[in-house]
Order: sequence, then C-alpha cells, then structure tokens
Amino acid sequence: MSFSPDIQAYCCHYTSQQSCSQNGGGLIEDGFPATVTINRLPCSGKLQVSTLLAAFENGADGVYVVGCPKDTCHNLMGSQRAAKKVLAVKRALEELGVEPARIEMFHLARGLHPEFIATAQTMDTTIRNLGPSPFKGESK
Amino acid sequence: MIIAKRKPVAEIVDMVKDFNRVLVLGCRGCVSVCSAGGEREVEILASLLRLGCQKVGKKLTTITGTLVRQCDKEYIDGLDEWDGQYDAIVSMACGVGVNFIANIRSMARVYPGVNTTCMGGSMEQGKWTEQCAGCGNCVLHLTGGLCPVARCAKSLMNGPCGGSVGGRCEIHADIPCIWQSIHDRLSRLGRKEELSAIAPIRDWSTAGHGGPRTSWRDDLTI
Repeated sequence: MSFSPDIQAYCCHYTSQQSCSQNGGGLIEDGFPATVTINRLPCSGKLQVSTLLAAFENGADGVYVVGCPKDTCHNLMGSQRAAKKVLAVKRALEELGVEPARIEMFHLARGLHPEFIATAQTMDTTIRNLGPSPFKGESK
Repeated sequence: MIIAKRKPVAEIVDMVKDFNRVLVLGCRGCVSVCSAGGEREVEILASLLRLGCQKVGKKLTTITGTLVRQCDKEYIDGLDEWDGQYDAIVSMACGVGVNFIANIRSMARVYPGVNTTCMGGSMEQGKWTEQCAGCGNCVLHLTGGLCPVARCAKSLMNGPCGGSVGGRCEIHADIPCIWQSIHDRLSRLGRKEELSAIAPIRDWSTAGHGGPRTSWRDDLTI
C-alpha cells in the first residue's frame, strides 16, 4: 500500500503569504504537495517545542518550520529562536531512536517564491523515503 | 541557584516503562529559572514520555503539575491533588525534591527527571557555571569574592598551581584560572598583600565528607 505522509508545516505570517494567494488554490496547481498542512503563525519565534512534539503525537510523519532568513527576520530573532527549538526536537527524536530528519527548519524570503513550494516538495520526498512515523506503533 | 539538566529521554522512558499513569512534576524554584524543570519543561517531558512509549506500542497517560517548591514539606503536601491518579512520579526538581517526596510519601514511586548539576549562575543566556561548592566553610572574604573551592579544578587554597597558563586553567582550558583571577582582582582592589598571609590549615569537615550535613536554627524551630 502506498504511503501518503502527514506533514505539518509551521510557517510564519511572512513566509506563508503564498498560501493566502488565490485562497491557496495556486499552491496546489504549482506543485505544492497535498500531504503538507500549513499552520500559520504570527512569527516562527512564537513556536514552542511542545507544539512541535504535539504534531508528532497527533500523527504527523514529518514536521517542518519555515521562517524568515536568519538575518532579516521581521521580528529580528524570531526565526533564529525557531531554529533552536527545531534543533531541540531533533535532539529529542535522536534520543528516542527516531530519525531527526523528520523535522527540519527552513529560512525563506518573504513573499511569493518557488522556494516555498520546493521546500514542501523536499520534505514530502524525505518523509516518503523515511516511511511512517515510528510513533504510530499500535498501543498494547 | 541549583542548576539541573534534563536526563536523556530514553533513560526516563526506561524508568517509567512499567507504569500506565505518570505524574510529571515540576518545581517553580531553581530548576524553573534554569529552564530544566519548570512548567514548560514539564509539558515537553510529558510529551516526550508519551512519544517514547508510543514508539514501543505502549499507551502512557501523563498528568502534569508544578509545585511552588519540592524542598518543603508543606508544598509536597500539594501532591494530595493528584492522589490515586498516578502510578509513578517523575520529579523535575533537583535531587532535593526527589528526596523530599521519597521522605514524605512512603509508598510513592518517584524517579528523577533531571540530573542535578551544581550551584551556579548564568553569565550569558543558556549557559550556567558553578560558582559555589557548598563546602560549609566560606573563604570568599579572603579571595575577593571568587571561590577557589568551586572554581579551581583542584580546589587549591594557595593557587595558582604550576599549570596555570595565560590566565587559563590547565585542566579546562576554556575556563579562567580562578587563582589568577583572584590575584588580579585583589591587585585591582589594592589588597594583594593579603594573599601573603599564612592561612591556617583548612577545616574540610564541613564539606560533606562525613555524611549528610544539617543546619539548625533553634530560633526558628517550634
């Protein structure tokens, strides 16, 4: 049976502007994977580690965060803070014996750019290759 | 404050793997300030424990709570709130908190969620360094406020040793030689000659080598 991953993307207001254009319809036409769900945030620095972990608890096979470029974050250091939180989750996944590549941080320019779609495609490919989340084990 | 750091998640998962309901218990004292065991860290650990159990196909129910402190009996009594709702406690307080729960709750299964590191402070965000060893016989009045017991790798009382190079410690090159710092500081303060005084042999009996230490204040006892 083919595997269709559940990927949760947390994007700041500025990098996810593309999702607003044409009510997001244009995204799919341009190749944005249907496996990715966008969660918009005022700023990626708003993210908490517990939010990222909750995504895995709720069945995500992969999670990624998109924030502003490191040096030009709209909120100065928001995307740098987000990157640290992603790193903390990567380390925790590693401690639990789960592939750290299941979570990634991306820094993208604001506005409408093909990189936003390419990033989603990259995550889709990565997670398809990794397979279903090991956290989806059947409860005993 | 007391500095602590969360234990590796796999180690904690292994502690609680035989339980179905775990109370992850934070402390609003020192471990909250050093971001090891406050409310936020409790939420994160609870999530990680659930994920760790999910991975091996086990469903773990977690309850989360945070006490004002875990080093006073009256606050440990706050555990009453969760009586009957958990099989084990993972305390994210320092080792004092774990001990206090074990002291007071004779039947509670309590496990440490953090490694208690030292008594220290934070000179920069996210980094804590030991400042006091709690040796029970303070000499800071003689050393310009800088502690050779805690901050000299050899706890020398008459440093610097021959390994001090360029103001750095020979054991840990990334930290300053505290004796060099003591000499520099007392020189700046015009007190360097004090270091020439012959100090009596230090009494280490207060430093914890003779079993647990007790501090009595009979003016406070009831």
